[in-house]
Amino acid sequence: MGSRGAFDEIWGHGGPDAPRAEFSTLSQWIADTPADELQRRQQSAEAAFRQLGITFAVYGDSDAAERIIPFDIVPRIFLQREWQKLSEGLVQRVEAINAFLEDIYGARRILDEGIIPPELILRNEQFRPEVAGIRPPHGVWAHICGIDLVRTGPDEFYVLEDNARTPSGVSYMLENREAMIRLCPELFRDFRVAPVDSYPDMLLETMRSVAPSGRARPVCVVLTPGHFNSAYYEHSFLADSMGVELVEAADLVVDDDIVYMETIAGRVRVDVIYRRIDDDFLDPLVFKPDSLLGVPGLIAAYRAGNVALLNAPGNGIADDKAIYSYMPEIVRFYSGGEARLPNVETWRCREPQALKYVLDHLPELVVKLVDGSGGYGMLVGPTASSEQIETFRAALIAEPHRYIAQPTLALSTVPTLTEKGLAPRHVDFRPFVLTGSDKVRVVPGGLTRVALREGSLVVNSSQGGGTKDSFVLLGDAA
Amino acid sequence: MMMLSRTAAALYWLGRYVERADFIARLVEATIRLDALSARPAGEAAWQSALAVSYTDEAFAATGHPAVQAHVARFLTLDASHPGSIIRCLEMARNNARAVRTALTREAWTAINRAWWLFANRASTGGATETLNLVEQIKGETRGFEGATHRMMRNEATLLIQLGAAVERADNTARLVDVKYHLLLPAGESVGGAVDRDQWTTILQTVSAVTAYRWLYSEGLRPDNVIDLLVSRSELPRSLAACVEETVTLLSQLAKRTGLQGEADRMARARLARCQKARTPDIIVGGLHEYLETFITENALLDSAIARQFRFL
Amino acid sequence: MRIAVEHRSVYRFTQPQARIVQMLRLTPCDTQHQTVVSWMVGVDCDARLRDATDGYGNAVTMLYAEGPIEAIEVVVTGEVLTTDNAGVLRGTPEPLPPALFLRSTPRTAPSAALAAFAADVSAGTTDPIERLHRLNQALHARFRCVPDVPDNGLTAAQAFAGKAEASRDVAQMFVSAARTLEAPARYVSGYHLDGTQQCAPHAWCEAWIDGLGWVAFDPVTGLSPADGYVRVAVGLDSEGAAAVAGHRIGHGEEQLAVDLHVDRLGNEE
Repeated sequence: MGSRGAFDEIWGHGGPDAPRAEFSTLSQWIADTPADELQRRQQSAEAAFRQLGITFAVYGDSDAAERIIPFDIVPRIFLQREWQKLSEGLVQRVEAINAFLEDIYGARRILDEGIIPPELILRNEQFRPEVAGIRPPHGVWAHICGIDLVRTGPDEFYVLEDNARTPSGVSYMLENREAMIRLCPELFRDFRVAPVDSYPDMLLETMRSVAPSGRARPVCVVLTPGHFNSAYYEHSFLADSMGVELVEAADLVVDDDIVYMETIAGRVRVDVIYRRIDDDFLDPLVFKPDSLLGVPGLIAAYRAGNVALLNAPGNGIADDKAIYSYMPEIVRFYSGGEARLPNVETWRCREPQALKYVLDHLPELVVKLVDGSGGYGMLVGPTASSEQIETFRAALIAEPHRYIAQPTLALSTVPTLTEKGLAPRHVDFRPFVLTGSDKVRVVPGGLTRVALREGSLVVNSSQGGGTKDSFVLLGDAA
Repeated sequence: MMMLSRTAAALYWLGRYVERADFIARLVEATIRLDALSARPAGEAAWQSALAVSYTDEAFAATGHPAVQAHVARFLTLDASHPGSIIRCLEMARNNARAVRTALTREAWTAINRAWWLFANRASTGGATETLNLVEQIKGETRGFEGATHRMMRNEATLLIQLGAAVERADNTARLVDVKYHLLLPAGESVGGAVDRDQWTTILQTVSAVTAYRWLYSEGLRPDNVIDLLVSRSELPRSLAACVEETVTLLSQLAKRTGLQGEADRMARARLARCQKARTPDIIVGGLHEYLETFITENALLDSAIARQFRFL
Repeated sequence: MRIAVEHRSVYRFTQPQARIVQMLRLTPCDTQHQTVVSWMVGVDCDARLRDATDGYGNAVTMLYAEGPIEAIEVVVTGEVLTTDNAGVLRGTPEPLPPALFLRSTPRTAPSAALAAFAADVSAGTTDPIERLHRLNQALHARFRCVPDVPDNGLTAAQAFAGKAEASRDVAQMFVSAARTLEAPARYVSGYHLDGTQQCAPHAWCEAWIDGLGWVAFDPVTGLSPADGYVRVAVGLDSEGAAAVAGHRIGHGEEQLAVDLHVDRLGNEE
């Protein structure tokens, strides 16, 4: 699928010569800055990232293959009114996610009311009976959410995926902004851009707000799987910018249901853990018994209310693919209103009517395995051969409950620097939403991922995706 | 906030591994000069002793190769199959540095990272000149790291790196003197006998002491003076006396910052008192080998005491 | 029936351990057919014990001990009054819905052979109780269990293909097979008064039957447990209901010796 017909966020549908009215100034900047000057600035940004070691390791590659994620110098811009609308939708969605988790690990009202088929939760591996009945300190489950959005028109945003476990990418948001301020200072003169550099402070406030009660000066830490992890840079960056310790599992001990870290002066009590390791590896007594990464007794301390874990274990049930299609119902159930940010339309093939529609429209649809990942078990109708379509037709008829289907979306584009000058490239967007005991905070910015290959819709960094800075303007024109 | 025990251990070992990499680089350099570049090549004996000094003689014997420059130089620099090579030391240093990145300055980290990258895609050392070039680069990076450490805040992190380096340096120098001395003066020969200039110069080169020797001793190259310089003269940074002093200073600075004082401080101070009393002629008469052997054992005990005192995991 | 339990587990280490953290599922709870008169979990060294309830409703005890530890002995002693309920459970803590127990785990994933066996023995009837009783009896007929042996990590499928040794293996087979028949089923660990010398807790199963509730089955006897059983913990499989989940910091090997006595007290019925 090409970029034809896609909505460009700066140029609209008219191309470089007829930008959207609100974006004439920015469009002028793009037109006035020579491409080789943009190229020079972009290379300078990437050189800085490499020096800092903002790299990611591709699985299976050795250290020699530590790579940086390509950076694009042309920013992506949200007007204040666009952002206002988006934030309201994000807050509503994250509040619903928290309410859903509280319910599903507690009273399970949503199952009793028949909103979601119970087996979809109860037989789902992401539902963790080990933590059922635990109420996290202050009742917050999804403290740090990354909500992946796509856009198809001026006012059309859709949620593609929720990330309620350990969403990453926030360090790119911050480092990209640093680079832009250094390399394109004129943009910050011309536009009033909402700052993002308060993110570490907001995160620390969020962490402190959920500390177990009675701890006057809570000790917060970031828990990393270690420096071989592909997101280690982000872990150390966040710990460093919050001024808290970056710990590994071996640094933590649990005694008498209380978590401590081992320091040169002895044990120091830990109250809040921003953990960047998966549930499976948190505590070998409760989850994977052979895990060497875990902290034995951590879940007991958590259950006793003596430590806050960000995000709460068991959150995977909220961002599971099988649950995604129920998010509009989930939002309605807990907020009482319609979702302000819609889902991508999804047909659940387990439902006979939906299955019929899907079978009749296979060449137009994307069909996904509910329990598949990484693009496996996926049919992209418009580009598939008739043979592939027939294979999927048979699979759908045999096991309809394992599949969902979605329309192929015309993702928006943003002008991007390419070898042949500026050209539209497809983008998605991950804003970050923080939930503390006091309030929900939406950082005015986020991570824009861009598919650098012409026409490509794949924004994953492992498959040639890059990033852009995302400006949120304090006014309504760019 | 008190430092994590793991961080403390990683910093200390970072200091040790960088120092060890630097020492092996010097050892290889001096041995090449002795063997390949001198008028009378010292041959296999020189390379055998280099292996013995770096505790790698057994590992090398297992490879079945003859102890000649081509094999030993590669073994001590690029061979990742045993822990005694420069590449492995740098790899360990880099791993430790990565694990504590937030405690290092960017300058200190890049020095380690660059040193490691020098090796990352190299398969062979090439001839004597290429090896000397490589070794020179390593020395440049380790010097760069040392400089960066000196420019870091004088906090626990810096002190622990320097403590690791001091403990490692003490072991390296003691081992160098012990092995070389035995080799050069077989039983029965007196210390004042005729000396092999090249051989003794090698020792001085390995610890960067050629100029210092000329400044301190006027009578030309004499074994007892070399021993005196390397064991007792604290003016020479790589002498045992200097390492012993530095260890005491670093531990007491750490105590001031962390409030942690204990067994390691007591051991280090006792060692300093003994070293200050000992005179070189007495050491030689009493048996240099025994003296150095005891020193190495005590140094290892001090290392364990440090690990306990700072609760390394 | 009045049942006395004395269960000693001695862990010996070939090298001293720096720390030990264990999660013990060794405490029964009151139900309509089981009243805990007295119960104690004790340790022979300096340790901190903390009681809690896990996600399945089991009473758990966290044990924290600082080293150096060369051996540690965990002693459980208690008395329980039981009544015969023909296997039908009432008054058990049920924090999770029965449908959860349709979930498969690595230890209970059925093999084709085990699923075929379940289909085979239950053929010809649609009555869920009848089907589960037949499964229970068929497993009893097919496997002769020796007194219980320590956990060897065998899965239900592996045990079914070979020679099942312990009650753990047949219980896990029952759980796995019952789920293939769409009956929610769970693994139970506890104590069984059977007059034999045992070296591990006994294992049996419970299955959910609509209209009746949770019903217990013991494929070792082929019957539903009567008043000779002390029910301690439930889980999705033997790992989830294990009496001890442990973690130690230290080198060397671990040896476990168990001394277990389940006795009947008095003569009152």
